[in-house]
Amino acid sequence: MATINVNGQPKDVNADPTMPLLWVLRDVLGMTGTKFGCGMAQCGACTVHIDGVATRSCVTPLSAVGDKKVTTIEGLSPDGMHAVQQAWVELQVPQCGYCQSGQIMSAVALLEAKPAPTDADIDTAMNGNICRCGTYQRIRAAIHRAAEMKKG
Amino acid sequence: MAKTESGWSRRDFVRVSVAVGGGLLVAVGCAPAGKGTEAAAAGGGNGKFEPNAFLRIDGNGNVTVIAKHLEMGEGSYTGLATLVAEELDADWAKVRVEGAGADAKKYANLLFGMQGTGGSSAIANSWEQHRKAGAAARAVLMTAAAKQFGVAESELTTEPGVVVHAKSNRRAEYGTLVAAAAKLPAPENPQLKDPKDFRYIGKEKGAPRTDAKEKSTGTARYTQDVKLPGMLTAVVAHPPLFGATVKSFDATKAKAVPGVKDVVQVPNGVAVLGEHFWAAKKGRDALTIEWDTSKANTKGSADVAADLRALATKAGVEVRKEGDADKTLAGAAKTVEAMYEFPYLSHASMEPLNCVVQLNKDGAELWYGCQFQTFDQMAVAAVFGMKPEQVKINMLYAGGSFGRRANGQSDYVVEAAAIAKAIQGKAPVKLVWTREDDTAAGYFRPAFMHHIKGGLDKNGAPVAWVHRIAGQSVMMGTPMAPKDGKDASSFEGAADQPYVGGNVYVDFHTPAIGIPVQWWRSVGNTHTAFAVEMFVDELAHAAGKDPVEFRRGLLGKQPRWLGVLNLAAEKSGWGSKLPAGRARGVAVHKSFGSYVAEVVEVSLEGAKPRVHRVVCAVDCGIVVNPDVVRAQMEGGIAYGLGAALYGKIDIEKGKVVSTNFDKYRVLRHREMPVVEVYTVPSTEKPTGVGEPGTPPIGPAVANALLALTGKPVRKLPLVS
Repeated sequence: MATINVNGQPKDVNADPTMPLLWVLRDVLGMTGTKFGCGMAQCGACTVHIDGVATRSCVTPLSAVGDKKVTTIEGLSPDGMHAVQQAWVELQVPQCGYCQSGQIMSAVALLEAKPAPTDADIDTAMNGNICRCGTYQRIRAAIHRAAEMKKG
Repeated sequence: MAKTESGWSRRDFVRVSVAVGGGLLVAVGCAPAGKGTEAAAAGGGNGKFEPNAFLRIDGNGNVTVIAKHLEMGEGSYTGLATLVAEELDADWAKVRVEGAGADAKKYANLLFGMQGTGGSSAIANSWEQHRKAGAAARAVLMTAAAKQFGVAESELTTEPGVVVHAKSNRRAEYGTLVAAAAKLPAPENPQLKDPKDFRYIGKEKGAPRTDAKEKSTGTARYTQDVKLPGMLTAVVAHPPLFGATVKSFDATKAKAVPGVKDVVQVPNGVAVLGEHFWAAKKGRDALTIEWDTSKANTKGSADVAADLRALATKAGVEVRKEGDADKTLAGAAKTVEAMYEFPYLSHASMEPLNCVVQLNKDGAELWYGCQFQTFDQMAVAAVFGMKPEQVKINMLYAGGSFGRRANGQSDYVVEAAAIAKAIQGKAPVKLVWTREDDTAAGYFRPAFMHHIKGGLDKNGAPVAWVHRIAGQSVMMGTPMAPKDGKDASSFEGAADQPYVGGNVYVDFHTPAIGIPVQWWRSVGNTHTAFAVEMFVDELAHAAGKDPVEFRRGLLGKQPRWLGVLNLAAEKSGWGSKLPAGRARGVAVHKSFGSYVAEVVEVSLEGAKPRVHRVVCAVDCGIVVNPDVVRAQMEGGIAYGLGAALYGKIDIEKGKVVSTNFDKYRVLRHREMPVVEVYTVPSTEKPTGVGEPGTPPIGPAVANALLALTGKPVRKLPLVS
């Protein structure tokens, strides 16, 4: 039995220590906002924050989580209205939507590190998050919009 | 060209009916939205107003639109709801959408005659049907309000969600009228609005996506997110080669993995069922399987390319013949000849394929991103020995599809059903494919070869066009296979190229190859537009003419082609100076009734093309949701650009080796160009936007490379 901290809550998890955090979240804890896309850190759909750092949960074994703080899309804000999420809705970013939890988690981590990112910063931070619907242009605009909103 | 009731040209209609209708196409036009008396009886007792199969209104005035089409990103839920809300005069803030069940009588795609989403037809086939559904409901609410107010209906108007009697300054919200309305019959042919009165259709920010918030908060529900009591997750070991079968297997080690509950053989492999994905996956890794490969495909992608190349120089099945193209070519002042090679492509949706099935005593119930209800229902019924109506399908959001979830064999759905059958329904089953399973299972956009010869007269005007096409059919072997073996989707967009007439010859080959293939966003247009548009540029180059001017000269009698070409040229600043090392390319194509022109600006970073800007002009008839149209053009461009740059499934000795995103490269953030989208104003009925943005992007980039380097592109992808 392991206890991990997810979105500020301690969670008891009875699972194989090699089980990736992605499946712990989805199948053990029933938190399905974090998505399975590739299983080998190629697409970013599974992105969560571990101690604030954008991390691919599909290749992060449960045993590596320890007492670090895990934040998922469910924990970004109490009402789903984090500035990044607001910008996503305002600019109508999602199409199929399946990659967007991961995109948003990467974008939030970027804005925490760089409150006013340049296009080049966005390209670098987001390049590991694939969107097959091709929402990249809107994601870029929404990150700039969220940066403005956060600045107030 | 004569227009059908649906607004589709005869050619499109025939093509679509052949493409997906086969012998089953029953009707095109507008089916009645529902019988008023039945609706009243069905809706009257529960405090809700259900005037027809497409909407219901509750006592609080909340409007639920029942979507017959799959929402896989293309915005169909929003678009269908916009049509209903417009004529209902609904308050958009109170409109939500839920997926329809499988019922071809109520929910057929009117262009297919059965229930399914594809061919960029969701809005095109629903345009009148859904507006009538909304208008019928509004008419009944008006009647109910007239009775309540004791006034003539002609004195009433509506504002979003409210019936208004201006004279007496009385208002009745829709929710307060539903009980009375539910007892009234709905008209079958209600009056539709004059387009000048539209509140939502064609309006910027009029009807934003209904799914944007749930898809920005991780709460949208996909197949992958379904959890039923007692459900087991199944991961399947598929054959290493297409056509191989299980000879024998040993599940001892797999069964010893903690959490593994069962191991069963199914027609296409061995399924491991676990209490969660990780157990099932580890169980699969522990299986020992001996495969019978005696009948398996051992061809690789290079072998297929060589076969197609040989075929494309031989006479095939004729599909267009005008004049004497060979003779004209022989006498032409200048000739151009090109062989274009296109690889296999994977759809590679973000959500790998999956399906949830529960087998019950009296039927089966499924939950998944179902794209073709009628086929899937029939296929699952066959697995279980049931009647199709015993198969209940709950349509969930799909994390992409690009055609893949509309499989002619219902492959992944049948697999899930086979597992449920093998365990005799003792638990609900969620079949989950890994990324590698998804890619290696095939159903690729087929590899194709196009061999084109063209002739120019002494003034540089094209006088002859000989075009030979070779590639697998996406229809043969499916329930939609054309009886005469002529799969029009192999040559759509090529046989009917609009540039050269008079002396034209087009034929094609459909080799049988043991690699499963399927339609991929824009179907045949994925390769035909490429070949035609690159060749037109090669002709322009040979004639020493500007590619836009050259096209204009050939499209004189095609106003909609010309309309998008001119708009894209104007907005892109065609002909104006660019920074050194940068060139423009153009391509135009018509698919699914819509016309799209794209102009790109490209430079080279080393040997790799860098696309900086794309200017897209689209004529899709009346624009229903302007922002969804833009989004679909942006997305179609990104999808096609990724494929043009990198898309290539490598198969070696029959084995698929490009199985994850490390080996099957797709477009990433850094490679996304700035995309500007412009629409041509139109009063024609709406046509599709999900696919038509894709075909022009690849050839536009290839044509920019021709302009930049002087060398034509002859083989895809562009980056090897």
